[in-house]
Amino acid sequence: MDGDKIKAWEALCIEEQPPACAAACPLRVDARAMAEKMAAGDFVAAMAVYARAVPFPAILAHICEHPCEAVCRRAEAGGAVRIGALERALVEEAYPSIRRAAQRARKPKTIAVVGAGLAGLTAAFDLVMKGHAVTVFEADAQPLDRLHRDYLPAVLPPSAIAADVGALMKLGVDIRCRQRIDPPSLDALIAGHDAVLMAVGPGPAAAFSGTLLLNAAGRIDVDRQTRATSHPKVFAGGLHDGTEEAWSAIGSAADGRRAAGSIDRFLQGASLTASRGDERAGTCLYVNVESHTAVPPVEAADPAAGYGHAEATAEAARCFPCHCLECVRACPYLAHYNTYPKRAVREIYNNDSIVMGNRKSNRMIDSCTLCGLCTELCPNDLAMGEVCLEARQSMVERGHMPASHHDFALRDMAFSRSDEVAFARHQPGHERSAVLFFPGCQLAASAPGQVAAVYRHLTERIGGGVGFMLDCCAAPAHWSGRTALHGEAVHRIRTVWEEFGRPRLVTACSTCLKLFGEFLPDVPTSSLWTELERIGLPDGAKRPAPKGPLAIHDPCTARHAVDVQAAVRSIATSLGAEVRELGGAEKTTCCGYGGLVSFAHPEVGNAFADRRITESDDDYLAYCAMCRDNFARRGKRALHLMDLIFPDADDPAARPDPGFSGRRDNRLRLRRRLLRELWGESMSDPVPPVTLVIADAVRADIERKLLLVDDIAEVIAEAERTGRKLKDRTTGRLTASGRIGTVTTWVEYEAGAAGFVVHRIYGHRMQVEAKP
Amino acid sequence: MSTPFGDPDASDLVCARCDRPLEMLKVEASYLGQTFPVELPACPTCGFVYVSEEIAAGRMLKVEQALEDK
Ligand code: SF4
Ligand code: SF4
Ligand code: SF4
Ligand SMILES: [Zn+2]
Repeated sequence: MDGDKIKAWEALCIEEQPPACAAACPLRVDARAMAEKMAAGDFVAAMAVYARAVPFPAILAHICEHPCEAVCRRAEAGGAVRIGALERALVEEAYPSIRRAAQRARKPKTIAVVGAGLAGLTAAFDLVMKGHAVTVFEADAQPLDRLHRDYLPAVLPPSAIAADVGALMKLGVDIRCRQRIDPPSLDALIAGHDAVLMAVGPGPAAAFSGTLLLNAAGRIDVDRQTRATSHPKVFAGGLHDGTEEAWSAIGSAADGRRAAGSIDRFLQGASLTASRGDERAGTCLYVNVESHTAVPPVEAADPAAGYGHAEATAEAARCFPCHCLECVRACPYLAHYNTYPKRAVREIYNNDSIVMGNRKSNRMIDSCTLCGLCTELCPNDLAMGEVCLEARQSMVERGHMPASHHDFALRDMAFSRSDEVAFARHQPGHERSAVLFFPGCQLAASAPGQVAAVYRHLTERIGGGVGFMLDCCAAPAHWSGRTALHGEAVHRIRTVWEEFGRPRLVTACSTCLKLFGEFLPDVPTSSLWTELERIGLPDGAKRPAPKGPLAIHDPCTARHAVDVQAAVRSIATSLGAEVRELGGAEKTTCCGYGGLVSFAHPEVGNAFADRRITESDDDYLAYCAMCRDNFARRGKRALHLMDLIFPDADDPAARPDPGFSGRRDNRLRLRRRLLRELWGESMSDPVPPVTLVIADAVRADIERKLLLVDDIAEVIAEAERTGRKLKDRTTGRLTASGRIGTVTTWVEYEAGAAGFVVHRIYGHRMQVEAKP
Repeated sequence: MSTPFGDPDASDLVCARCDRPLEMLKVEASYLGQTFPVELPACPTCGFVYVSEEIAAGRMLKVEQALEDK
């Protein structure tokens, strides 16, 4: 796979973007994670999240201006989450749980910080946490003097200041008050320390013009991004302090953090500018706010005291939390793997790149239905199906994808394309075809009688000859990533089409229609349903109107076939059906067959089917045979549009899934019947090698294990002919096996009056042989 | 090398052709070009090897999948 393409795909998924609150927080507090933990009642874990980002939790919980709330997406659904009040409740309850330990630096450095305001002390905190020795020089009598002066004790209790300053000193920061730094003492600090931070207000700055360059406003000239001054060892805070931004508590702390980040880089000899991360502003995380009902903020019973535990928990639960995951919510495949596309794309790429060793994601790559729903839902139209299909093609080409995932489906396709099934003829009595009817292998496998009936109808209404072509569009080859096999099959269809004089193709299958459009773009192809809408339905037939409303299921391959969707609805309505929508065609979901998921990962395939069939209690109306049969297999009453046009059962919605063995029989039978009845060819019916008696439960087991009744008959016939079988002395039952394709099939059976009774079947791929 | 496939109870099974009870024999298993010895019940006369469903769907399947993802 192409690494650049992978990066482009990854970039489309914005799930890893920060939530708005964290993006707006100057200290990048992850309020989403904090609120999630609080909502779960775990205030200690929430405190750890808060204290990881905030140097002085007690102080800032009281006075942070919380710019996060101004951008909180909950504001659009009831009111912003009161993040500031949550933080305060957190500090009330869990402040003592904060655990902090400074790192041990390999080469500790000494740093002087001039000014014990919020900026200076935040820098001191960050640098001492990195393992450096920090001394703070403050001209006033106490650190954070401004906070004592500017905030009423009711807003910021002095005890909160004392607690945070005490914690800072316990970490080893040496705070020296009444130490005014003048220009000569600055030079001494520079000489005696590895770095110096000037975190001083506007007043004193002018005095240092001898050592540091000043700007036009008379302040120390600092670089916006790095807070570097004209002296390499000296950094300074203060941009927000009058020159560029209004003063704020949280802004001061962020100012100190930015300077400390530069000092640490400087001390390590690293670049001051490379990938800083603190430049980030804003977010493009998509949040589907409309999907949330409005909930107003929790009001504290005692506003002065703030939230109690229960109130804070309830308010925290108002955080959505912000995620995109639009695709994941709708897709049982992504949900099964508990992942989202950005991560999945990387995992798929890594799996594809492994040369030697375990490829853990093979089945994951083969479990996407390629249904395209994610693309519809994603704000950036990321197509996971394309990613998975490309990965399959890449891995198949290099022989890295286990053949076992798809060999049953490919064997079924080979059967549909074999001389036993596939054929093409001009309409009887015609030597050319204006139209070539291509029912598709699945409708032929599910409802052969209806294929014959609709073909008769087409020949009656369309002039110029309607040829018939029974074949497979080779979707299984395409979906499984077998590019060469698919190309060969498409080539054969093209050859027949040319031999038939380039007629218009009419297909009953949405998958054929889609794939022909993609791979035979010059072959004019239309859907049977738009065709029937045009030429009209067969008249005269008595058709009972369907009982009750029908919920329409569009196949995922018809997601964008707007004309087909409309034709199907109009046909069904004209036949008396009350058609109800299941969320609309554009957002239709896969029935669980797409992309061959039901072979590679039956559990995921069933999850798709089961999710779909629980969307409505109405009978379903499908117009893909595979969708209908899949729903039937999972116990949902479902009709095919053909059942409305050519009703051939009292209750067609109860028709069972024919199963894989039944599908093969139906295809064989359709070919023989048509060739005999329409083209007058003599066809001998095949004689089964043995007669089998199979109970329903055993038949379902055969289906589940992807084995075929024909193969079982072969195994028994061979065992009876050669005597190669085992006998159970107690039960008298016989056991035989045979290698068919890549699978050894085992059958436990016994001879009965009506034929051989099959008791148990199973298979394995490994071969075992006694050594001679 | 000991068997990776355990000991199924095949004591009731006899080879119908040779009329002999099966015995645990060293046989050769192969998949995707890898070959390794295992012990499985087999007919001591004609070498018919028996794989029970428990083994086919259990340990044998695990080995198959491990080899497939290599
Ligand atoms: S809803 Fe939650 S995650 Fe989203 S912006 Fe608000 S606090 Fe942050
Ligand atoms: S293509 Fe369908 S199955 Fe695959 S990830 Fe997208 S929604 Fe899920
Ligand atoms: S819809 Fe899915 S792929 Fe698109 S951005 Fe959201 S999480 Fe990522
Ligand atoms: Zn024998």
